[in-house]
Amino acid sequence: MKYEIAIIGGGPAGLAAAIAAYDAGCRSILILERDNQLGGILNQCIHNGFGLHTFGEELTGPEYAARFAKQVLDRGIEYKLNTMVLSISEDKKITAVNRTDGLIEIEATAVILAMGCRERSRGALNIPGFRPAGIYSAGTAQRLVNIEGFLPGRRVVILGSGDIGLIMARRMTLEGAKVLVVAELMPYSGGLKRNIVQCLNDFDIPLKLSHTVVDIQGRERVTGVTIAEVGPDRKPIPGTEIHYDCDTLLLSCGLLPENELSRGMGVTISPVTNGPVVDESLQTNIPGVFAAGNVLHVHDLVDFVSEEAAAAGRAAARYLEQGAQSGAGEINVTFEGGPRYTVPASIDPKRVSDDLVIRFRVGGVMKNRRVRLYLDDEVVVSRKRPVMAPGEMEELKLTKEALAAHPDLKRIHIAVEEA
Amino acid sequence: MEKRELTCIGCPLGCAITVTLDGGEVKDIVGFTCKRGKEYARKEVTNPTRIVTSTVRLVGSKTGACVVSCKTAQDIPKGKIFAVTAALKDVIAAAPVNIGDVLLKDVAGTGVDIVATKAVR
Repeated sequence: MKYEIAIIGGGPAGLAAAIAAYDAGCRSILILERDNQLGGILNQCIHNGFGLHTFGEELTGPEYAARFAKQVLDRGIEYKLNTMVLSISEDKKITAVNRTDGLIEIEATAVILAMGCRERSRGALNIPGFRPAGIYSAGTAQRLVNIEGFLPGRRVVILGSGDIGLIMARRMTLEGAKVLVVAELMPYSGGLKRNIVQCLNDFDIPLKLSHTVVDIQGRERVTGVTIAEVGPDRKPIPGTEIHYDCDTLLLSCGLLPENELSRGMGVTISPVTNGPVVDESLQTNIPGVFAAGNVLHVHDLVDFVSEEAAAAGRAAARYLEQGAQSGAGEINVTFEGGPRYTVPASIDPKRVSDDLVIRFRVGGVMKNRRVRLYLDDEVVVSRKRPVMAPGEMEELKLTKEALAAHPDLKRIHIAVEEA
Repeated sequence: MEKRELTCIGCPLGCAITVTLDGGEVKDIVGFTCKRGKEYARKEVTNPTRIVTSTVRLVGSKTGACVVSCKTAQDIPKGKIFAVTAALKDVIAAAPVNIGDVLLKDVAGTGVDIVATKAVR
């Protein structure tokens, strides 16, 4: 099988990339999806709040997914469900497997990586205690409740205040469970403020910042969890232990981009984002291989995933027409005062045909800041930010006009400064 | 005069809004950055409402789905959230279901319908 563009993953990123590539003129597109339906994780995110930026209304996850899936179907874009991609070679040969076709090989001219992310597991958290049943990642619990129709527990402690954990605190409560506490290791929440308000405060669920789980009790099934306060070194403080009788522990301790396939084909991965290092076209170090969405860096908002993936789809279509463009003029985006990374990591002004969005996250909570974007020594964007937090992604728009006004550009720099 | 500090839930910006109240009457709203935010703040101190999302049982699906996701078609008073989820316990939808199909009329006396948010064959 040969396709011009193969898209790995049929979630929000894969769907938006496919639609944009089609609309840019590409007619040979294949989406490979391992689940039995398009839409990815949105199918289990039955809460609302999606799509305000894209559609100007608040949709639930399944509704948001359906709008994009419909656009894919309307365009007659091909997709394969229940299909697991096993590997991709450096020359873009994809090996995949499913029950109807068996083992298949697909040759693609361009590949868009849109595999999304997965949750940090208990094994990665080093929590002491036994290994009884009743410990789930928040996303697993979400799937059990919202898709499989099971309630995984009655008395629940949640570790980690990521958005999925907060959403599940409310969801489990609405289904009749008692959520005793949400414990967060850091002194700030990893989730959006509005989720603290509408998922915890609405239901009087306490959020204990600077707390972590120090013991899990129970041999067959969880019977209790002990949490303790942690000091600035994030180590438990003796004497601060609080015990909760419970049957379930949910973990919402961060998301990790899922890049086994990318690594396997030789894509360079950033140690900060755990996603590919990309240029302004969202192209990886391998020409013709693009990445977008949570596989690239974990987003807070699906609207921005769709937006980013559409840019990757257009870039892939452009690659088909123009082939690999020389990277000789690439300028690394530098930063100081807060950002931990930027996407894109480098920009070649000659290849920029549209306004560019530069996204980043900061490393800690900061107040009264000003974000400045410098082209050489000139400030082209300056924005006041009363509060910046690691849980909320920042973005800056670099217009093509601003780039055009700096023909001999040497430096693209982002500074977070005292306001 | 009473001052209430709110975090807007209208969008992920989460604006910090301060509402000044005098005997239950809204005197002043500051801190919002859009129309939605001002409206949210006014409602939140007078008659707080929420959209409720949940699932109901489903029978007859060709794909084997046993639940279908749903929501209140409009926001309902915050105090009625649990009355709404209790009413959903007894609802059984029959496949096929389309997005927007009414699964339960006038849930818990709110005058608001429960509609499906997913199409299931």
